[in-house]
Amino acid sequence: MDKFIQLTLTGMTNGAILALVALGFVLIYKASDVINFAQGDFLMVGAYLAYAFIVQFGIIWPIGLLLTMAAAVVLGIVVERFILRPMIGEPIISVIMVTIGLSSVLRAVVSAIWGTTGRAFPSFLPDTPLNIAGAIIPADRLIALALVMVLLGMFMFFFRFSKEGIAMRATADDQQAALSMGISVKSVFAMAWSISAAVAALAGVIVANIVELNGAALAGFGLRVFPVVILGGMDSIPGAILGGLIIGLLEVYTAGYTSPSLGLASVVPFIVLILILMVKPYGLFGEIRIERV
Amino acid sequence: MLSLNNIEVIYNDVILVLKGMSLEVPQGKIVALLGSNGAGKSTTLKAVSGLLKPEDGEVTDGSITFEGEDIHHLDAADIVRRGIFQVMEGRRVFEHLDVEQNLLAGSYTRSDRGQIKADIEAVYTYFPRLKERRRQESGYLSGGEQQMLAIGRAMMAKPKLIMLDEPSLGLAPLLVRDIFDIITRINKEQGTTILLVEQNARLALDAADYAYIMENGRIVLAGDPQQLKDNADVREFYLGLNEVGTRKSYRDVKHYKRRKRWLS
Ligand SMILES: Nc1ncnc2c1ncn2[C@@H]1O[C@H](COP(=O)(O)OP(=O)(O)OP(=O)(O)O)[C@@H](O)[C@H]1O
Ligand SMILES: [Mg+2]
Repeated sequence: MDKFIQLTLTGMTNGAILALVALGFVLIYKASDVINFAQGDFLMVGAYLAYAFIVQFGIIWPIGLLLTMAAAVVLGIVVERFILRPMIGEPIISVIMVTIGLSSVLRAVVSAIWGTTGRAFPSFLPDTPLNIAGAIIPADRLIALALVMVLLGMFMFFFRFSKEGIAMRATADDQQAALSMGISVKSVFAMAWSISAAVAALAGVIVANIVELNGAALAGFGLRVFPVVILGGMDSIPGAILGGLIIGLLEVYTAGYTSPSLGLASVVPFIVLILILMVKPYGLFGEIRIERV
Repeated sequence: MLSLNNIEVIYNDVILVLKGMSLEVPQGKIVALLGSNGAGKSTTLKAVSGLLKPEDGEVTDGSITFEGEDIHHLDAADIVRRGIFQVMEGRRVFEHLDVEQNLLAGSYTRSDRGQIKADIEAVYTYFPRLKERRRQESGYLSGGEQQMLAIGRAMMAKPKLIMLDEPSLGLAPLLVRDIFDIITRINKEQGTTILLVEQNARLALDAADYAYIMENGRIVLAGDPQQLKDNADVREFYLGLNEVGTRKSYRDVKHYKRRKRWLS
């Protein structure tokens, strides 16, 4: 039982972080139909920027974190304006190649500045072990879980009730009709990229805080997003959140209850993914193209 | 209020669609713009509302003025802010948003956010059916309900001029009558000026204060609705009425002549 709680909490933390990254990915896909292969690299850049601000420049962490987010917003806007916008109307495969290129560039820049070896990240979240119903969990994981949950809740609120959130979803549905409402499609794209980059940067900081600052590992997070969004539905925000939690839990349960020598932990999520897609081809919450005349 | 002077519109740099189109919409009136398929009615509206750009269309000549100011270089968002709102052909509701969120999207450009709740209620008094379905995803509304939503969404922007592109498209005759009644009510009660593009000439001529008929990218006939209803060409081509007693062969010849005159 202790083990179960232990695994559940760990899985939920991992899953919530995955959900956060997936959410950024879905935002971009929904708003602008771009499959962003550089999502994981936004994570990495965020973590390194936080490292630079907090450790290298010695700025206290709350401000350092805000600066990181602000820098990520700028990065998102620049990427959208100068890399993706000129690609509007180009074939999907070219756009994908551009995001893959962006990913390599970001990696190269980070390793040129900070090198490739892992570094200790300042742990501003306390990692005192807590005893929860017999399971021992470091506090930073629980704080991360709570933080991510609050953030995800804020997003749900933003998309349901705020003017800009509704404008973003409207644009995702029908660009020309959104334009006819006076919604600026350009600023919606810019908003999607900047929110996405900021959220990824925050996820990067959380991961680096829990594990360590390691470029390759952080960037690799980007690939783990795919099973999550395919499971949840590429264009669904609730889907990204639920998909993240399911994959996170599945990985941890499989690792915890099967022998590591079988190496099932990374396979089982994919098996479940395939099973679900057989029943729901658009993913759990993927938007069905509504057909009516 | 709105005037188009000799405008020319070209798609993809080569396809000339509007060829010297001129039209006036006076404040507070309902003006109908009729014409057969492909005449350029939708293009005319998009030229006014700034929606040609995403379709690679461009106004290459002439001028478009609204309340005395040139607007044809403005982008779509600025034009909505000035008070012109186009209800696009085919309803174009945001399918994955519910009814109320669609209405909110319509109010996007407004700065008086406090007033919006009351205006949503005002829209519901015109369209009680929308209120019953306020939390329903609009992709699953019936065609008529979607058209109501599209018009309600336009009202949410509090425009001075609403341009409606074929609001009767694909709706049952009874519902079309309802929609037209509501359009006239909006015009009378809210004082909103209306430019109405229609295939259903009979209803449009009943509702309008003035009407234009366009063919092949320009206006070929204009006048007050009664005058047009009495015009033999309009009766034949748009209202589907034959002059009693005319022999078929004779009519065909006349038909050809009239077409020719209109197109030249
Ligand atoms: N995006 C576009 N690119 C190229 N040509 C276009 C485009 N949109 C319209 N056209 C052409 O312009 C002409 C006028 O089209 P428009 O849609 O304005 O006609 P309409 O009068 O609204 O017709 P309908 O009653 O069928 O809606 C048509 O010949 C059409 O093929
Ligand atoms: Mg049309």
